[in-house]
Amino acid sequence: MAEEFEPRIVAFLCKWCSSAGSDLAGVSRMEYPANVVPIQVMCSGSISPLYIFSAFNRGADGVLVSGCHPGDCHYIKGNFYARRRLKMVKQLLEYVGLEPERFRMSWVSAAEGTKYTQIIKDFVKELKPLGPQTKLRRTT
Amino acid sequence: MKRTGVFICHCGINIAGTVDVKKVAQELSQHAGVVHAEDYVYMCSDPGQNLIIQAVKDKKLDHVVVACCSPNLHETTFRNASKAAGLNAFRCEIANIREQCSWVHKDRAKATQKATKITKSIIEKVRRDEALEALSVPVTRKALVIGGGIAGIQASLDLANSGYEVILVERSPSIGGHMIQLSETFPTLDCSQCILTPKMVEVSKHPKIKLMTYSEVQDISGYVGNFKVKILKKPTYVNKDKCNLCDECTKVCPIVVPNEFDLGLTGRRAIYIPFPQAIPATYTLDIKACPGLLPIACGKCADVCDVKAIDYDMKPQIVEEEVGAIIVATGFDLYDKENMAEYGYGKIPDVLDGLQFERLCSASGPTKGQILRPSDKKEPKEVVFIQCSGSRDPENHCAYCSKICCMYTAKHAMLYKHHVHDGQAYIFYIDIRSGGKGYEEFVQRAVEEDGVLYLRGKVSKVFEENGKVKVWGVDTLTGKDIEIAADMVVLAQAMRPSQGAQELAKKLKLAMDKDGFLAEAHPKLRPVESVTSGMFLAGAAQAPKDIPEAVAQASGAAAKAITILSQERLFHAPTVAKVFTNLCTGCGMCVEVCPYDAITLKDGKVEVNEVLCEGCGTCSATCLRSAIQVKNLSQNQVHEMINACLGG
Repeated sequence: MAEEFEPRIVAFLCKWCSSAGSDLAGVSRMEYPANVVPIQVMCSGSISPLYIFSAFNRGADGVLVSGCHPGDCHYIKGNFYARRRLKMVKQLLEYVGLEPERFRMSWVSAAEGTKYTQIIKDFVKELKPLGPQTKLRRTT
Repeated sequence: MKRTGVFICHCGINIAGTVDVKKVAQELSQHAGVVHAEDYVYMCSDPGQNLIIQAVKDKKLDHVVVACCSPNLHETTFRNASKAAGLNAFRCEIANIREQCSWVHKDRAKATQKATKITKSIIEKVRRDEALEALSVPVTRKALVIGGGIAGIQASLDLANSGYEVILVERSPSIGGHMIQLSETFPTLDCSQCILTPKMVEVSKHPKIKLMTYSEVQDISGYVGNFKVKILKKPTYVNKDKCNLCDECTKVCPIVVPNEFDLGLTGRRAIYIPFPQAIPATYTLDIKACPGLLPIACGKCADVCDVKAIDYDMKPQIVEEEVGAIIVATGFDLYDKENMAEYGYGKIPDVLDGLQFERLCSASGPTKGQILRPSDKKEPKEVVFIQCSGSRDPENHCAYCSKICCMYTAKHAMLYKHHVHDGQAYIFYIDIRSGGKGYEEFVQRAVEEDGVLYLRGKVSKVFEENGKVKVWGVDTLTGKDIEIAADMVVLAQAMRPSQGAQELAKKLKLAMDKDGFLAEAHPKLRPVESVTSGMFLAGAAQAPKDIPEAVAQASGAAAKAITILSQERLFHAPTVAKVFTNLCTGCGMCVEVCPYDAITLKDGKVEVNEVLCEGCGTCSATCLRSAIQVKNLSQNQVHEMINACLGG
């Protein structure tokens, strides 16, 4: 039997909420698929649209961005910028023909280990039927 | 080529149980630039740290990556070890392969692969890390304490007695909080006011404490060691220096509103003193209750004031202060009445909450310490106390245990018996939680000496019938339904974070837990620190707790604040934004998005004030030319990390 497709996902997690929430999932020994490799950034507001394209360009099947809940940003308002900026990125990705499901944004607080776990489970489940992402992948 | 060393921790079996650490080390040793890769059972142990120090020296490492637990735990440990070996501390980075890998996966092959990718991405980052030195900033050696209950009072006194200036902000007209409303306190039956008022007086007379009552924190900016605070001082319309407490004004005031101090059991005038021992000892004109000052609709209070203490022209004032540390002690409120319809709370006059019962028992209360029921002022002969009213009920109310109710209900039943010798007290309970010094003995005393009848079970309904308060419940120990025709019912209402705490938490950028209490930085090891550096938590704002615990936490928070205030200078992370002036076109977009006003435009280029910059990186994501970047997390670094994550 052919091996099941395992999507490769890059997750950009802000240090103060989502990375801490992901740590909590670990401390609570919750289980989720190993498809996601996390990159900790200081704030979701620091995530340049280029990071998202860079990840798809290098073969990511899905990209997740997770920050503090709107209004709860450690840096006051970084996640508002992230929300606005990345919504535009999402529309652009759709415009160039990428399945919208491949890019996801979420808000996970430091207390929401369960939510983080669920987001990863759902994301992997949604990405599996889509198969490998080839649209933006660099071929050479 | 820069020389990188990688150290993979087993963390006993915490990592090695799921991740094949040998394989990770083997694979990473092949990675470009890695000249040393080894695994060890506990990297954080002394021998583990020595391995790093030795390898840095022997192999002339330029960078170190430790793949282990979350950087929140041991980043400092390993950076210090690297520093001890002569390496710049900022050239040591942590790859989190425990919380974000070994603990959340079971498949060994997949977890090993993921741990390798995580570590590779950190290797790619660290290779591009600059050597940095922490920035040093002066400290404002003054503290702000928000909330004037027992926790805020204790924290203020501890700080002030240690020689630091304190600003204590309380939103109501007097300090004292809920503790000043209590009659006696468990398990000693000390009179609450008798033990609190000396502390209140000490606060008011302390040369180091600036007390600001009837005031609210409006805005906070800055960072640990250097916060700027805007405090709104609401007008009391009474000059407290002139007021001689003659009480003539309340006699002429025609307005009566429910008295907050007595939880509505009595009324007060629009101009009032909250209670006789109020600190500061002065009157306040409640503008919401007063018929109006623009134009003056009544003016009687000013007419009778011989000393001309009443000043209708008083205006709200914004006071700006600078402080180095902040303690948040905003306390609790009782769970809303509206939520407890099944117990008739808020509808039946003889159904009271715990705080109202405290006022009934209190010598300074509406009945001068006689226990009389509100409806007909008769002495109740049968009283039912209901514990866990709103607590431990995840389906309908609060999921958590409010912690103090078992004890204060035992106290209430006991006090009732001390006042009404021929009365009968019943207590409905789920469990009795009496952990604490002298607490279990106290509950036993209620049962044995005062004949309090404990019924294990929940109450289903409380309703009025023939002048009685009927209680339907069940005794789960005998399996029998219980019906009591009581004269009064007292509900041990759940504790909630105080009203407005959520808005304040947002202003201060403090995290809250799922129930709205303020979140501590670590539930076990950093119980008085908030997630925001320089802000500390005390009292019931953090979780339901009793007086001794609130006092202990307040002293703990004060001690933690002193660890900042006692420093001449603090060190600020040097991972701040850096401008590449050759790329900067001076468009100013970064200036606008910076939450800290740390970027300024000068001669067509931007400049970063490194002390104000917190390194969030919002500027770098905004810049169209990548002309502003955060040190040691540049866009180039992130692109290389992405590449490594995807196995490239």
